[in-house]
Amino acid sequence: MDTHVHEDHGSHPGPKAYVLIGLILTIVTAVEIAVYYIEALDDWSTAIIVPLSMAKFLLVVMFYMHLKFDNRLLTAVFAACGLLAIAVIVSLVILFKVLPYQPLG
Amino acid sequence: MPAAERGEADLMRYAADVDHHYTTTGIDNRKLGFWVLIGSESLFFGSLIATYMVYRGQSTVGPFPHGPDGLLDIPLTSVSTFVLLMSSLAMVLALHAVQVNNRRGAMLWLFATAFLGATFLGFQAYEFTHFWHEGLTLDRNLFGASFFILTGFHGAHVAVGVVWLLVLMTEAWRHRLPAQRALSVEIAGLYWHFVDVVWIVIFTLIYLIE
Repeated sequence: MDTHVHEDHGSHPGPKAYVLIGLILTIVTAVEIAVYYIEALDDWSTAIIVPLSMAKFLLVVMFYMHLKFDNRLLTAVFAACGLLAIAVIVSLVILFKVLPYQPLG
Repeated sequence: MPAAERGEADLMRYAADVDHHYTTTGIDNRKLGFWVLIGSESLFFGSLIATYMVYRGQSTVGPFPHGPDGLLDIPLTSVSTFVLLMSSLAMVLALHAVQVNNRRGAMLWLFATAFLGATFLGFQAYEFTHFWHEGLTLDRNLFGASFFILTGFHGAHVAVGVVWLLVLMTEAWRHRLPAQRALSVEIAGLYWHFVDVVWIVIFTLIYLIE
C-alpha cells in the first residue's frame, strides 16, 4: 500500500509553546541544581533529580523533536532503541557491580 | 539563464519531487532514516554511559570527580547546560521561521543555535583544559578514561552540529532555504535536540548524582 507523504507543519506547536517549554526546562534545571546543593535533601537527591531529568528528556523529545505530533512509527523506532540502550546499561551495571565476582575454574 | 533563476528553478523541481513523493509508511524516507540513525546513536551513547557507570567510583588514584577535592565544577557546567537547552529553543524557532518562509528569522535563529552550540564547546574546552592541568588525563584513572571518552564524543557531535547549522544558515543567506526545504532544517533540528537530550542524561549521571 502506497501512502502519500504528508508533512503537516500546522500540527506542530508554535513559537509561544516552544518558549513556554524552554522556560519549563530552565526552571526544572534550576530546581535540579538547587536540590544538589541543599544538604537536607542529600539522602533524597537522586530520587528527586532523576525523575526531573526524565521529565526534561521527555519534554524535548515530545515537543522539540515533535514525537507527540508525528507518526507513531517514529516513536516506536526511538523507544525501541532507547529501551535497548537502557537494558544494556542496566545489564552491565548488574553484571559488574551487583553480582559477586566468581573466578573461572 | 541567470544563476538566481536557475536556483529558483532547481528549488521548484525539488518542491515538485517532494509533493509527488510516495512511501509505504506515509513518512518521508529521509526523516524515517534519520530517526533510525538517532536510534543507533542512542545505543552508541548507551554503551559509553554504561562504561562510565561500571567504572564509576572504581578509580584507585585521584583526581576524583566528587568529594572535598572533587574536580567537577557544578556552577560552570550548570551554565553550559542552560546554554545548550536554550540552543534547542533557538533551533525550533529557526525551524518555525523556515516553515513560514521568514528568511531573516531563519538566518537569525540558525546563527543563534550555532553560536550557543559553539559557546557550549568553549565551556567544554575550558573544563577539559582545567582537568588536564589538575592531572586528569585519559590514562590517569578510570574516571579520566570514561569521562573524557563520553563527554569528548558528545562534544564532537556538538561540533558536527555547529558546522551543519552554519551550512544551513549560508543556504538561507543565498535564498536557497524556502519553506519547501523545511524538512532539511527539521532533520538538522532532530540531530541537535538529540545531542541536547544526551547531555541532559550526562549532566545528571556525571555531575548531579554523587
